[in-house]
Amino acid sequence: MIRRRAGRAALVAVLLAAGGLLVTGALRDTLTYYRTPAEVLDQPAATGGGRIRLGGDVVPGSLRHDGDLVVFRLAADGHEITVRQRGVPPDTFREGEGAVVEGTLGADGVFHSDHVVVRHGNEYRPSTGPAGPVDAR
Amino acid sequence: MRSSTVDLVAGTARAAAARRTAAWLAGGLCAAAALAGGWLAPPDAAQGQAQRLMYLHVPAAWVAYVAFAVVLAAGGAYLIGGDLRWDRFARAAAEVGVVLTAVAIGTGSLWGHLVWGTWWAWDPRLVSTALLLVAYAGYLALRRTVSERTGARDGGDHRVARPAAVVGVAGFLLVPVVHFSVVWWRSLHQQATVLAPQRPPIDARMGTALLLAVAAATLVAFCVVLHRVVRLERRLAADAAPERSPARVG
Repeated sequence: MIRRRAGRAALVAVLLAAGGLLVTGALRDTLTYYRTPAEVLDQPAATGGGRIRLGGDVVPGSLRHDGDLVVFRLAADGHEITVRQRGVPPDTFREGEGAVVEGTLGADGVFHSDHVVVRHGNEYRPSTGPAGPVDAR
Repeated sequence: MRSSTVDLVAGTARAAAARRTAAWLAGGLCAAAALAGGWLAPPDAAQGQAQRLMYLHVPAAWVAYVAFAVVLAAGGAYLIGGDLRWDRFARAAAEVGVVLTAVAIGTGSLWGHLVWGTWWAWDPRLVSTALLLVAYAGYLALRRTVSERTGARDGGDHRVARPAAVVGVAGFLLVPVVHFSVVWWRSLHQQATVLAPQRPPIDARMGTALLLAVAAATLVAFCVVLHRVVRLERRLAADAAPERSPARVG
């Protein structure tokens, strides 16, 4: 009985350790969900040319369309990176709002992204537009 | 006043009437919250109609926190006093908490799809909430596993109640992690509005609708917990009765 209990405890310990390893491994990317432009510009080598997430506010006036690309600048803490996004951003994507893009930093310092999500704030204001407000879709 | 302390889970007619009153109140609050959140509150300037999901998402998440706090308190009370009634409350609260966490993830996913542009992100808030769901689903699974292995009746046996209370109390460690994940780490999820230290602006009608929805969800969850505890105690009593009668005869 004691041996069985010890075996079971060992099994639980191993499972917990394996689970903990998996969780911390998965969370390493989660805990810094995105990097700021300053971090990406300071250490472009650290990204290793791999896929990263870059977050910041869309600089007002920087948004334009270039063929099927959407080009804009993301800024945070006084640093900016130009982003060339392939594919249509969500309808809530606006200048002055936060966004997180996913892709790679090119050698020219331009970020090539293929996925953009909108990061909205925690302030809620009534819509001032016409009676038919925009559906977020 | 003595009359105000009605034992709400007792098998008496008076307790049943009090539970019915609470259920009607909860229904009324739900209707008021639906009216306020669905029509009276304006759509959000940046998010449009999708922001109305807040009136489901936030109450679900908050009442799930409260439910897990009840698991913590009832588990602690059981470990200190050894009263199995607390164990039954802990189980009922955990069931409610798991369902509400799942609702929060579901409504949040839809909201994320509409506003962020993604159903899911590997973001600290989302991942920690998923862990919370797994932890308390595991708590319920543990109760069931132990009761099936040992033949002990769930809710009426210390062999189930003791390990469950330990896990239920320990699981609450995840709740502050979930809540403060948006402050401690970089997150796609927005920070708290109502419970923020410096409250960011929220339109008064939206705030009222949100508070109504939280109140309604709290009362509904309270009624469901009472209902589950009453059902559990009735079932335990029904199971115990046939076992006892032959013993009396013999």
